[in-house]
Amino acid sequence: MIREFGFIDFMYLLAAARWTVALSGVAFLGGGLVGLLVALMRVTPLAPVRWLATIYVQAVQGTPLLAWLFLFYFGLPLVGLVVNPWIAAATAFAIYAGAFLGDIWRGALAAIPRTQWEAGASLGLSFLDQLRYIIMPQAVRIAIPPTVGFLVQLIKNTSLAAAIGFVELTREAQITNASTFRPMTVFVIVAAIYFAMCFPLTQWSRYLEQRLHVAR
Amino acid sequence: MGYRFNFRDVFAQQDFLLEGLVLTLQLSFVAMALGLLVGVTGAALRLYGPRPVRAVVATYVEAIRNTPLLVQLFLVFFGLPSLGIRLDATTASIIALTVNLGAYATEIVRAGLQAIPRAQIEAGVSLGLSRLQVFRYIVLMPALRVMYPALASQFILLMLATSVVSQISAPDLFHTASIIQSRTFRDFEVYIVVAALYLALALAFRLAFAGLYQVAFARR
Amino acid sequence: MSLVELSHVVKRFGTNTVLDDVSMTVAPGEIIAVIGRSGSGKSTMLRCINGLEPIQDGRILFDGAVVNDPQTDLRALRQRVGIVFQSYNLFPHLSVEKNITLAPRVVKNMSESEARELAREVLRKVGLEEKIGAYPDQLSGGQQQRVAIARSLAMRPQLMLFDEITSALDPELTGEVLKVLEAMAGDGMTMLLVTHEIGFAKRVASRVVFMHQGRIWEEGTAAETLSAPRTQELETFLSAVLH
Ligand SMILES: Nc1ncnc2c1ncn2[C@@H]1O[C@H](COP(=O)(O)OP(=O)(O)OP(=O)(O)O)[C@@H](O)[C@H]1O
Ligand SMILES: [Mg+2]
Repeated sequence: MIREFGFIDFMYLLAAARWTVALSGVAFLGGGLVGLLVALMRVTPLAPVRWLATIYVQAVQGTPLLAWLFLFYFGLPLVGLVVNPWIAAATAFAIYAGAFLGDIWRGALAAIPRTQWEAGASLGLSFLDQLRYIIMPQAVRIAIPPTVGFLVQLIKNTSLAAAIGFVELTREAQITNASTFRPMTVFVIVAAIYFAMCFPLTQWSRYLEQRLHVAR
Repeated sequence: MGYRFNFRDVFAQQDFLLEGLVLTLQLSFVAMALGLLVGVTGAALRLYGPRPVRAVVATYVEAIRNTPLLVQLFLVFFGLPSLGIRLDATTASIIALTVNLGAYATEIVRAGLQAIPRAQIEAGVSLGLSRLQVFRYIVLMPALRVMYPALASQFILLMLATSVVSQISAPDLFHTASIIQSRTFRDFEVYIVVAALYLALALAFRLAFAGLYQVAFARR
Repeated sequence: MSLVELSHVVKRFGTNTVLDDVSMTVAPGEIIAVIGRSGSGKSTMLRCINGLEPIQDGRILFDGAVVNDPQTDLRALRQRVGIVFQSYNLFPHLSVEKNITLAPRVVKNMSESEARELAREVLRKVGLEEKIGAYPDQLSGGQQQRVAIARSLAMRPQLMLFDEITSALDPELTGEVLKVLEAMAGDGMTMLLVTHEIGFAKRVASRVVFMHQGRIWEEGTAAETLSAPRTQELETFLSAVLH
């Protein structure tokens, strides 16, 4: 039955946005952990470890996120886990975000001159202490603007979770559209909600980027 | 853990896979060409256009870059018909992909043009070159060289992103997966094969772009 | 007994032989100036001594331990060998105090108050006690280099290696850094310093080593070697440096 698009529909959409935020948050946390591991693997002196991390990043960056979502959606049941969009989406996004964040953070680590590592080594600091006290604090400052930038990508990409039936903002929009049949209204509102979430982050990332350049 | 993989059923559908692959490539190439056109135009207007036009371009770029491609696609495919514009899935896909890539390309091209130091342009002018000559001989190649890597990776991202058109049932490579899935019931294997195909495409694109860079920009 | 002993050291980067059968000894308390043209292997020699670069042949001993033995604890060794670089290499995100106290705190588990006292002490030696709270980018090049020296001194090294530490500085700033080195010489510190300051070498160094094409071409007391070179190469080098 088709009904009118009303204020209540708008409120439903707004409410669904919290699942977009929740999924983004989970993806960012999971991806952050994976990404940290990947970035560290890529600066270790052990070549095979570096290759492993590189292959992972290349593989994820060379496949569509949708494919990962479906792989986990259909793959997890094969190892005995119930079909659950939450678990499938969270895993897929952690894998995906981990590769991109790992790459961003590796770049930040690589941006610190080799002489800083050497200065630390010359003082008798271990590899991990050099990383912790000398390299990381400097790399974090460089990494923050692109990390915030990636967060925007991540929020937008959570829309793809709709494809495996995860009810977030975009999926809710499809549902609302099916019952009200006001596609223009529904999708413009949804786009506006995404914009409201992403634009401030985009601006913040830009501001941080500029401040970093001024500071140099 | 007793799952037995069966790829044979999936590979039996290779004709389907091939058709999907072809559409994915077509979508990618058309969107790249049109998106680049939009990007160059957009950047030129953004930098040299009249003030209101600059604002319009800036708004376009921000609107696109801060909303999901999938929602943009839904707007074109489901939204436009309510304004009386009917589109088939493939056309809608091309429009959405072009509009999307155009925004990113605008930013990349703009950054490339702005990367040329003013002093070089002034040096050209003071040598008596015309504006067009300055652009042709001083700005163009260095700017292209700056843009190229960013454009190349944006193109690869776009190629992978074309997979979202499966969500409006445009028969691309990714959509093929759901068809094969319904015929073979080999969900997991289908998506492994499709993911591998995308990976191969991405690698091929990267190699092609690297080769092109050598041809176009290698210092003689 | 010598503090450092290089015997028949060979260092290659790929096929490029940078140190070619280098042998020399440094006795405790000695101050050795290493001179030579750009690319002659001076920096590389210093970096090999504290194990920043592996060597392909020969042996390097520091206080009886073989530096180039994989079994040797390089971290323990580096705590006893300080090195100061041409480009200072201070940690830009840390204050002067933290630059100095980082290694004593982390490597030697020194308490915070003890480390701060140590920072004051070494800063006093380089004449920068009042800069304890500053950040590297608030200091002049000469001041940064003196902080770098203080940072090394805080580890109480038995040997200090200096790699062209005044090359990036104006003459005026060079003077203030050299003064610190002279004071350290007065304290009896063993030092190996790569320098282009021939006058300074003459005044302070006990011995001069002239490197050429990866070899020790000529060496001897500072006075003799610098005023009466025995080889054509050293003579050419000296006249070039002294204009
Ligand atoms: N990490 C490296 N990889 C490859 N070659 C190197 C490396 N470091 C130094 N070299 C080469 O080793 C040779 C000696 O370099 P070194 O830095 O020891 O010279 P130097 O005497 O200190 O010169 P300068 O006065 O310019 O500092 C040079 O030919 C240099 O190109
Ligand atoms: Mg040197």
